[in-house]
Amino acid sequence: MNKTAERVMPIVFGLAGLAFWQAAVWELQVPAYVLPGPVAIVRAYFADYSTLNAALLSTLTVTFAALLVSAALGVALALAMAASDLARAAIQPWAVILQVTPVVAIAPLIIIWVNQPFLALVVCATIVAFFPVLSNTAAGLKATPQELLDLFRLNGATRMQTLLLLRLPAALPFFLAGLRISGTLALVGAVVAEFVAGSGGFASGLAYRILEAGYRLQIPRMFAALVLLGMAGIAIYAALGLFSHLMLRRRDAA
Amino acid sequence: MIEVSGVSKRFPNGTLALEAASTEIGQGDFVALLGPSGCGKSTLLRLIAGLDKPSEGKIIWADGEPRPGEIGFVFQDSTLMPWASAEENVFLPLKLRRKSRAETKAEVQAALQQVGLSDFAKAKPAALSGGMKMRVSIARALVSQPKLLLMDEPFGALDEFTRQRLQEDLRSLWRRSGKTIIFVTHSTYEAAYLATRVLVMSARPGRISTTIDCNIAESADRRTAPDYIALVKRLSDMLRREFKA
Repeated sequence: MNKTAERVMPIVFGLAGLAFWQAAVWELQVPAYVLPGPVAIVRAYFADYSTLNAALLSTLTVTFAALLVSAALGVALALAMAASDLARAAIQPWAVILQVTPVVAIAPLIIIWVNQPFLALVVCATIVAFFPVLSNTAAGLKATPQELLDLFRLNGATRMQTLLLLRLPAALPFFLAGLRISGTLALVGAVVAEFVAGSGGFASGLAYRILEAGYRLQIPRMFAALVLLGMAGIAIYAALGLFSHLMLRRRDAA
Repeated sequence: MIEVSGVSKRFPNGTLALEAASTEIGQGDFVALLGPSGCGKSTLLRLIAGLDKPSEGKIIWADGEPRPGEIGFVFQDSTLMPWASAEENVFLPLKLRRKSRAETKAEVQAALQQVGLSDFAKAKPAALSGGMKMRVSIARALVSQPKLLLMDEPFGALDEFTRQRLQEDLRSLWRRSGKTIIFVTHSTYEAAYLATRVLVMSARPGRISTTIDCNIAESADRRTAPDYIALVKRLSDMLRREFKA
């Protein structure tokens, strides 16, 4: 398969799917509150785009705040774990417990505990998102080539020098790979938290609009919000991929 | 310069990697540790470097334990930091001793020049060939003016042509500088070409089985000199006997 075909095929496939979907909805006269066709969804978006765009912006704000906190928290904990085995033993099980506990289950508690709605959403999204940064950075800090560590030792390097000049830069590709996964997870976390918070939360994010449209049986509007969410996820993933590519190229390229 | 006296190394899993190795290394020697894989030659090198502690025996330095930077180590791979340019990689050992870039500019340049890479100071490792990366690695080991240069199969991963070039350059560097070099290899050709003395090692447990002084007269075409070829044959026969045993 050549490169052009590789690029074009997903689009062709998607368009064909949309055409089939629209044709089926028309032909079988499916009511819009059961399954709206793509045309109705696009119409619903343009009828209400200012609210939906504002909702997208609100969700993205929570997502980026959570991603930033995740990056900082993940790196800080990974450093602590790399610095001492005691810290590693202390942190690792709790990080895993936090990771495997479904955020849907803890979100209600967090929304009760944290008074400020924006903060509560960021906390929930961070719980979902921070683990990949933590585990990848920790793995990167551990995977420093032994020979380079030996070289640093032979030259009498201090622990701080080894960390700053060797371990951290060597862990950068691992951190970036983790950040990319965390980016999409932060979005998932933000959406889940909004769902749980409902009208008691920020009352403005995309998930809230999806709930609201569902209650009012505005199914095309609900789909329009879903589409925005999907596109936001793809955009975050692609943007972080590009960011990591540019960072590493700038650093390692001749 | 160094006396290795009855040195053994047993790893925590119980493997005896090296048993009762004794030898002496004099100022300006070019010693090759020759043997099949698993004979403890890299272990011995790491013990001399102080990267590992011997389980038994002692390594005695005639003029005191080496200070940081007094041992240059070249690994099997070039192990350069991919994010740093050639000169930044070479500068590293000096940087770790808190020297500034400005005050060591000449030293870094001289080290790169010694390995023939003055024109590639700003290049990142990704832009260098395998042989050039190894040259940078050697320059990094030389930049702190070590009294001892330890090399662990540094040319093993290079193609034949590049390997021969680097062997020739290393040999002339040794003749010019009079550095003491210990060189681990599993190639009889390499050992015979480079070294003034070859320690033939045997495996399981690793031991120094024979020491051979090379005494090959200096000549322009060393690789075809009769006494070089005779030495290669002698070393090969010796290794073959070790394998049979």
